[in-house]
Amino acid sequence: MTPTSSSLRRVPAGAAAPQDTPPARRSRRKASSRGRQALTPWLFLLVPLAFLVTFSYVPIINMIVYSFTDWDGVSPDYSFTGVENYVEIFTRPELFKVFIASLYYLAAAVLQIVLALYFATVLSFNTRFRNLFKGILFFPYLINGVAIGFVFLYFFQEGGTFDTVLGLFGIGGEHLWLGDPDLVNFSLAGVSVWRFLGLNFVLFLGGIQSIAPELYEAAELDGAGRWQQFRFIIVPSLRPLIGLTAILAVSGCLSVFEIPYIMTGGAGASETFVIQTVKLAFRFNKTGLASAAAVVLLIIILLVAWLQRRLVPEERAVA
Amino acid sequence: MAAGPGGIRGAGGKGRRARPVARAGWQARLATVLKYLSLVAASVVVLLPLGVVLLTSLKTSDELARGGGPLSMPDDWLNFANYVTAFEKGQMAEAAFNTFVILIVSITGTVFIGSAAAYAIDRFSFRFKKLVVALFLFATLVPSITTQVTTFQVVNQLGLFNTRLAPIMLYLGTDIVAIYIFLQFIRSIPVSVDEAARMDGASALTVYWKIILPLLKPAIATVVIVKGIAVYNDFYIPFLYMPDQDLGTVSTSLFRFKGPFGAHWENISAGTILVIVPTLAIFLMLQRFIYNGLTQGAAK
Repeated sequence: MTPTSSSLRRVPAGAAAPQDTPPARRSRRKASSRGRQALTPWLFLLVPLAFLVTFSYVPIINMIVYSFTDWDGVSPDYSFTGVENYVEIFTRPELFKVFIASLYYLAAAVLQIVLALYFATVLSFNTRFRNLFKGILFFPYLINGVAIGFVFLYFFQEGGTFDTVLGLFGIGGEHLWLGDPDLVNFSLAGVSVWRFLGLNFVLFLGGIQSIAPELYEAAELDGAGRWQQFRFIIVPSLRPLIGLTAILAVSGCLSVFEIPYIMTGGAGASETFVIQTVKLAFRFNKTGLASAAAVVLLIIILLVAWLQRRLVPEERAVA
Repeated sequence: MAAGPGGIRGAGGKGRRARPVARAGWQARLATVLKYLSLVAASVVVLLPLGVVLLTSLKTSDELARGGGPLSMPDDWLNFANYVTAFEKGQMAEAAFNTFVILIVSITGTVFIGSAAAYAIDRFSFRFKKLVVALFLFATLVPSITTQVTTFQVVNQLGLFNTRLAPIMLYLGTDIVAIYIFLQFIRSIPVSVDEAARMDGASALTVYWKIILPLLKPAIATVVIVKGIAVYNDFYIPFLYMPDQDLGTVSTSLFRFKGPFGAHWENISAGTILVIVPTLAIFLMLQRFIYNGLTQGAAK
């Protein structure tokens, strides 16, 4: 490519880019007289793009290809089987029933957002030991997932901490919190709330603190009480953040993996979609079927992300 | 109570003083009582499961067998024998070393890769720029756990399986959030700053190295915190890609306690506390940065 042709192409491209400020454009036109200038951004992008392609796009493309095959992940050969894997996922109810577990996490996520909103509001007003409470509520989010798994394996033991505490309140008996198929998802979803409440809470707290204090003062002059301030100032200001959190919660619920895998190994009713996919791939060597399952999950998550972009107004365009 | 900074707290304080006029006094007092009650209850819910593990880690196996219940106090508050067992038999020294190496390399790499990409995207206009941005954007939407099935093949073919490079490369390659944090921040640096340097004949690399990178310090702090927490706590990638006994990280070594220690909860508890303590120390030291970092990181 000659310097002339590249500079010819670059100038209209630069002029068309909306984020270009006038001084930038001026200097670029001048700079583009040097031909290697066109290469400079690629030098900076070389390594990032190499990583992106190798570890994001090659796996995604392979996954889509394998999803139409019967590959077992080991043998050198595989044959294309069309949409057979997808038919299997949608027609074998046991492969699809794992989404039931997601519903528990979804319900837990709703509870989590409500609680986070409550605590963020309470702590944004004058409160004694405010930083202590903030730290305590937030800290679980930072804890290692395996450590959390062990903490709650112990907590939920038969006759363990939870049973003992319930006993203090007169609720006797020993329960198989992690063994009983009717209870296990409640227990695990509870752990999820315990772990992730702090993040939502801190995000909401940050959102509330960026509200201009004049708004509260004006509201108070108008005689608005605490509830009205919450209802008419805090909730509307946080709406984009709440929307974003809700959508993230949905995709989070669909891809639950770590806590159930560590605590129950994903046995029985606690199996989630991702655990099932991982088992299909690495334990049962059904790479083709697992790829198809992963593609299905990916499509669902992309749909959710697309909905987010439609429902939650973007505050700033990306690049 | 000392008046804190931040307008809203002042405003809230004013609200509290103003309210008794608006409402009956006992109602306001009841609201305050309920508020503190809920905060204390939440704190108990958070701390109880952790506290019980701490108590158990200080007990001997005989004490546990005696069945005093999980809430009973240990006989000897300074019984650290379980910690020694957990540290030595759980190969925690190797785990800490491996985690440390992976942390340092992947954080440093992420800072350079992320800032270089953000610099190129924000400061240059070039062909296919929209495509490049779209590629990065789309990759954030793909949950990495779903593609592990085929990422495994890639890692395997590169010969990285069972080496420390496997998680390092994956952490470097899948961190698009860092690029967004840098991109957001780089936009706030006026173009005139690098323009001036370019006028003086500085090359793009010099501008990046001498001007942009130093100005990015706050964003670097954010990336280091967000990335550091994520890497220290990650379980699945080392679990899948480094099954070798000598290549345990903090997470996977702790996970292996499940086997040999069986139902020895005093040892498992000690191991768990050992893993949590560094997090607690970092949190107490860097509280403010962590809150800010996560708020920025999550609002990518």
